[in-house]
Amino acid sequence: MYAFEIERPTSVADAVSALSADEAQPLGGGQTLIPTLKQRLAMPSKLVSLAGIEEMKYVRRDGDVLVIGGGTTHGRIAREAAEHFPGLAALAGKIGDPAVRNRGTIGGSIANNDPSACYPSAAMACGATIVTNSREIAADDYFQGMFTTALEEGEIVTEVRFPIPEKSAYMKFEQIASRFPLVGVFVAKFSDRVGVGVTGASNDGVFRWTEAEEALAGNFSADALSGVTAPPASDMIADLHGTAEYRAHLIPVMTRRGVAAAA
Amino acid sequence: MPKDHGIGASSKRREDVRFLTGTGNYTDDINVYGQAYVAFVRSDVAHGRIKSVDTAEAAAMPGVLRVFTGSDFEGVGSIPCGWQVTDRHGEPMKEPAHPVLAHGKVRHVGDPIAAVVAETLQEARDAAEAVMADIEELPAVVDMKAAVASSDTLVHDDIGTNLCYDWGFVEDNREAVDKAISEAAHVTTLELVNNRLVANPMEPRVAVGSYEAAGDMSTLYTTSQNPHVIRLLMGAFVLGIPEHKLRVVAPDVGGGFGTKIFHYAEEAFCTFAARALKRPVKWTSTRSEAFMSDAHGRDHVTKIELALDKDHNFTALRTETYANMGAYLSTFAPSVPTWLHGTLMAGNYKTPLIYVNVKAVFTNTVPVDAYRGAGRPEATFQLERVVDKAARELGVDPIELRRKNFITEFPYATPVAVEYDTGDYNATMDKLIEIADLANFETRRKESEGRGKLRGLGINSYIEACGIAPSNLVGQLGARAGLYESATVRVNATGSISVMTGSHSHGQGHETAFPQVVAEMLGIPEDMVEIVHGDTANTPMGMGTYGSRSLAVGGSAMVRATEKIINKAKKIAAHLLEASEADIELKDGAFSVAGTDKSVAWGDVTLAAYVPHNYPLEDIEPGLEETAFYDPSNFTYPSGAYCCEVEVDPDTGKVDVVAFAAADDFGNVVNPMIVEGQVHGGVAQGIGQALLENCAYDETGQLLSASYMDYAMPRADNVPMVTVDHSCQTPCTHNPLGVKGCGEAGAIGSPPAVINAVIDALQSGGHTHVTHIDMPATPNRVWAAMQG
Repeated sequence: MYAFEIERPTSVADAVSALSADEAQPLGGGQTLIPTLKQRLAMPSKLVSLAGIEEMKYVRRDGDVLVIGGGTTHGRIAREAAEHFPGLAALAGKIGDPAVRNRGTIGGSIANNDPSACYPSAAMACGATIVTNSREIAADDYFQGMFTTALEEGEIVTEVRFPIPEKSAYMKFEQIASRFPLVGVFVAKFSDRVGVGVTGASNDGVFRWTEAEEALAGNFSADALSGVTAPPASDMIADLHGTAEYRAHLIPVMTRRGVAAAA
Repeated sequence: MPKDHGIGASSKRREDVRFLTGTGNYTDDINVYGQAYVAFVRSDVAHGRIKSVDTAEAAAMPGVLRVFTGSDFEGVGSIPCGWQVTDRHGEPMKEPAHPVLAHGKVRHVGDPIAAVVAETLQEARDAAEAVMADIEELPAVVDMKAAVASSDTLVHDDIGTNLCYDWGFVEDNREAVDKAISEAAHVTTLELVNNRLVANPMEPRVAVGSYEAAGDMSTLYTTSQNPHVIRLLMGAFVLGIPEHKLRVVAPDVGGGFGTKIFHYAEEAFCTFAARALKRPVKWTSTRSEAFMSDAHGRDHVTKIELALDKDHNFTALRTETYANMGAYLSTFAPSVPTWLHGTLMAGNYKTPLIYVNVKAVFTNTVPVDAYRGAGRPEATFQLERVVDKAARELGVDPIELRRKNFITEFPYATPVAVEYDTGDYNATMDKLIEIADLANFETRRKESEGRGKLRGLGINSYIEACGIAPSNLVGQLGARAGLYESATVRVNATGSISVMTGSHSHGQGHETAFPQVVAEMLGIPEDMVEIVHGDTANTPMGMGTYGSRSLAVGGSAMVRATEKIINKAKKIAAHLLEASEADIELKDGAFSVAGTDKSVAWGDVTLAAYVPHNYPLEDIEPGLEETAFYDPSNFTYPSGAYCCEVEVDPDTGKVDVVAFAAADDFGNVVNPMIVEGQVHGGVAQGIGQALLENCAYDETGQLLSASYMDYAMPRADNVPMVTVDHSCQTPCTHNPLGVKGCGEAGAIGSPPAVINAVIDALQSGGHTHVTHIDMPATPNRVWAAMQG
């Protein structure tokens, strides 16, 4: 690590103000940023920790919407969302290990937008709204490719609003080393539509598999996907752990399993 | 009733109290007053010419004591190689120099170019980033066959080739083997890769060098499996420090798996720098450094051919292997693909003709050396895979094909120069069939199929050579060291015992198992015996722990020393009891006169030895301390049969190991619990190699699997409950304990069992074109194989 200053504001307003300094960088749960700093791969002059902002830590139901504060940990979401939105709770409960889940936050994950992060698939499938200190952004507009989002410099994810589906499931096929999703598919069935969010697979980051959504909207069963062509391999990530063809193959496999498991 | 103490008892591991309560004393826990810290500047290119290294800016940074580069080590020795292999043509292997810090060229990613010593670690790291190395990048040599085929790019320019040696074994068999294969009724051929692994002990390597100028005394604290070997290699060959001026201490060591056998540049650097600066110098490897500086394991590419007659008797075996040495020769690297691999190619079978060819190759990768099993897993994997493939091609039961060819009479001299003393391969196979419940496999397969999974069964039988081994033999084979072991048994005045052993425990449980042996021999409680190891200052010269040798060789030395103790103690007891020495019996911790009720307690005899008021001083010396060096007359040959059951998800290719059974013959067993733990750990590592672990380089020599994000270690949920049995025991005939060694068996026996099971699963699912999948059998690879 290089030396840096750290501030621990206790309100969103103070955090935004602290982040206006040159080269200041927000620190959520630190599950990506701290290892990066330890390896001296980043050299921020100032970190603004969001961990002390109590007003960003909550899970509550607001009608048909589950509202989660940006500073809420995965572990807390796994516990407190279970009653309202079991698919999302299960997703949160399988991120990393207990140490990661007790530090890492949904806001940090959504802001980082790692192409293999789990939450973005749920946000896309559900049509979530990302709320920041200054505006509300639809998930479709928010995620803009690997590690790229609609966030402006100094903007903080304060809340994520998930419309609660009738049924949902997250199917994660793990990369064997990191256990991040090699391909993760979130399937969400609403009364009038179906959402399918795919993470881990594409060179363009998380995406909605719209052909599958359309096929499933009329017939929410694994069989409905039999005629649907998989997303093209040419768009997929290829690395040590999976070829583009393999990732493309896994998307319909995981989607079918998600549909079958949705509860 | 199982025994509750002594040989054969599952005594709880006493060392675990400190390991599990955070009170171990590891090398990084050692801080010497006034110590400075070193940060290495490592090459980020695989191959390049060093045009200049500008240290001026770094040297001027806060806290920096000195910046070292390769030129500071001119006149210092090369990191030595401990084994000389002679090639097919009688020529010695090519042995390039291995400087402490790179000089002239960098040869792998991670090769140290410079080292900054500073007051704090932070200052050392900051200054290391300011060292400006101007390196002209050269094309990298990565693929072994390409490295041998062309000399356009050389890892070492001065030796003119990338071929370290071309070894033939037994060279005189070559023509007969070729003829037998050309005339065989059936030949099964298999080309395979034994994947490169990173050992990844939990504790990374650490070195602390210190120097006491007044006495001209150097001390190195290091994470080593063999401190005496490090003292010898570093003192005699690198730094020119005589043994009596160099102490090497390897305190608690958090796992070795082979990668902590070798003498590393960082050890020599810290010792050298401490002398140069008159300050203690400490280096603690980061995990990232470990991936690119710890010696890697395996990395063989092999073609194997098995010839059979019309009755399915094995008639000949021929192999051609390319073995990766990496960029430099690590301490025992040349021996691994030759004498630890070629000599094992007979396996459990009476194949009469065997020829093994090994081409060892330099590449721009991290040096490769022994890793748990070292050569024997590579031999077993190819042999047991080709036998399995032959059974499938011939449509015969893989167990029956093995049984038909098993060696059944002992001692048995193989055509590859070793003589198995004992074994009973049918017995372990019978035991395996029982404990793995093979009779009900088809029921389990149907149950798996009902859940949409393909279930496969993989069988393996293995032999290994442990307890390395006779010094005169290994000397003929090229070892530059003896391979005896030593022990000093010091009986203290009140009867308690300290055993100073040349073996080194880094997880094996010596502190528990060794006292069981001594206590059994003397009839005293185990807790009266303490093991001292890991410090050249207070242990006799010993060769350390690797090759499953500690109990077979080090334990035998301890037995011999204890026998000397008993002999002397009987003389003292005879004097005290006023009886003839010949009539003295030792039982349950007391000496008695045969046929009488006269006896004297152990503690009275030991006290007499140190307070010799009533003592036969005219005949024997006071004191009760004996040393023995034990040099075995042969290797030991543990063997066994393993069984793996897997389920393959046909949609994704994911393999789950759902059952695993191991029936081993380790000869006599001192502590069954520790033995079972060793098998569990070895099987976990073998499953890791078979399904998960893959050290991968790209074509430019960049390490792709340089962290745990990309290098997959086995975790608890990758490993099923392992059924372990060691009741088949054919004791070793040539060591006093009748033990064979158990440390590596699990890692040797399991990879072929896993892959055989994966192939069986795919075949059962109708993928009959799939006859082999290289390790690791990742989901992607298995899925791709199914696609054809």
